[in-house]
Amino acid sequence: MQQTEFLTIVMPFKDKLFRLAKRLLVSKEEAEDATQEVLLKLWSKNKKMEGYNNVEAFAMTMTKNFCLDRLKSKQAANLKLVHSNYTDNDSSLDKKLEATDSVSWVQKIMEELPEQQKMVLQLRDVEQYEYEEISEMLEMKPTAVRVALSRARKAVREELTKKHNYGIV
Amino acid sequence: MESYKTDKIEQLLEKYFEADTTAFEEADLRAYFSQDTVAEHLEQYAPMFQYFSKEKEERFTKEVLKPKTGTSRRIWYSWVSIAAIVLLLVGAYFKTSMASSTLEDEYTQEEIAAAQEALSLLSINFNKGAGQIVYLEEFEKNTNRFLDN
Repeated sequence: MQQTEFLTIVMPFKDKLFRLAKRLLVSKEEAEDATQEVLLKLWSKNKKMEGYNNVEAFAMTMTKNFCLDRLKSKQAANLKLVHSNYTDNDSSLDKKLEATDSVSWVQKIMEELPEQQKMVLQLRDVEQYEYEEISEMLEMKPTAVRVALSRARKAVREELTKKHNYGIV
Repeated sequence: MESYKTDKIEQLLEKYFEADTTAFEEADLRAYFSQDTVAEHLEQYAPMFQYFSKEKEERFTKEVLKPKTGTSRRIWYSWVSIAAIVLLLVGAYFKTSMASSTLEDEYTQEEIAAAQEALSLLSINFNKGAGQIVYLEEFEKNTNRFLDN
């Protein structure tokens, strides 16, 4: 496969890979690096790629695995994270104060969700993939996708309702 | 009309939180919450759908395939290894030819001296090259250490 051919294949979904990476890694720079790494890996597999019927789903799975590995090694390298539970309560109020408007507030809420819920919400509500596609990308059972999605949406709703009722910004 | 629509949105929201909505219904919800007039009791949900729409706008602006670093170094390495093999063969050839007949039988004293000088030059320069390789290996080791992190 030629490089130009490869580019036309990945062009339509490169932004989606990046957005998933950013959802997981939070930092824009890290997400850009991760996306480039994943695309490079994909390019190195370009001979095999013609055999995949869904390159996009495959690339999404690669991105997911790459970012989760990255997070794991970061966690292992950073001892501070051991105490995250206890520092978190302290800083969450500050974080909430930082969110200037209710739209960016949703972003803060999503950052607090477990990884799986983050990904499901990202792939369904931002990228609008079908449930079957998501279950393929995340290597989850379709019912598990729905359960995680429902939990994630309800968690966001709960936080939003709290804010709406008490007006904490 | 307006209340009919609000009823429908309420129903959709209920399904939405149970993860039972279709992609089409979710598009309806996004469309409803993107407009300026949202029923007051539903206002709290608006940021959620507005945020999702906004997030989809973000683009990956870096190069898709970043230029590979270290390719030129790899080519250099392969040339060094080819040169090493050639030298090894030359060395082996000289050694076997030396064993079969003494040098003095075949060459004049001047020829031997010239050959020795040439070989010593070769060896000095080869050692220079070899010294560089050690340096490069160290460099590679260190860069890899950084890259792995």
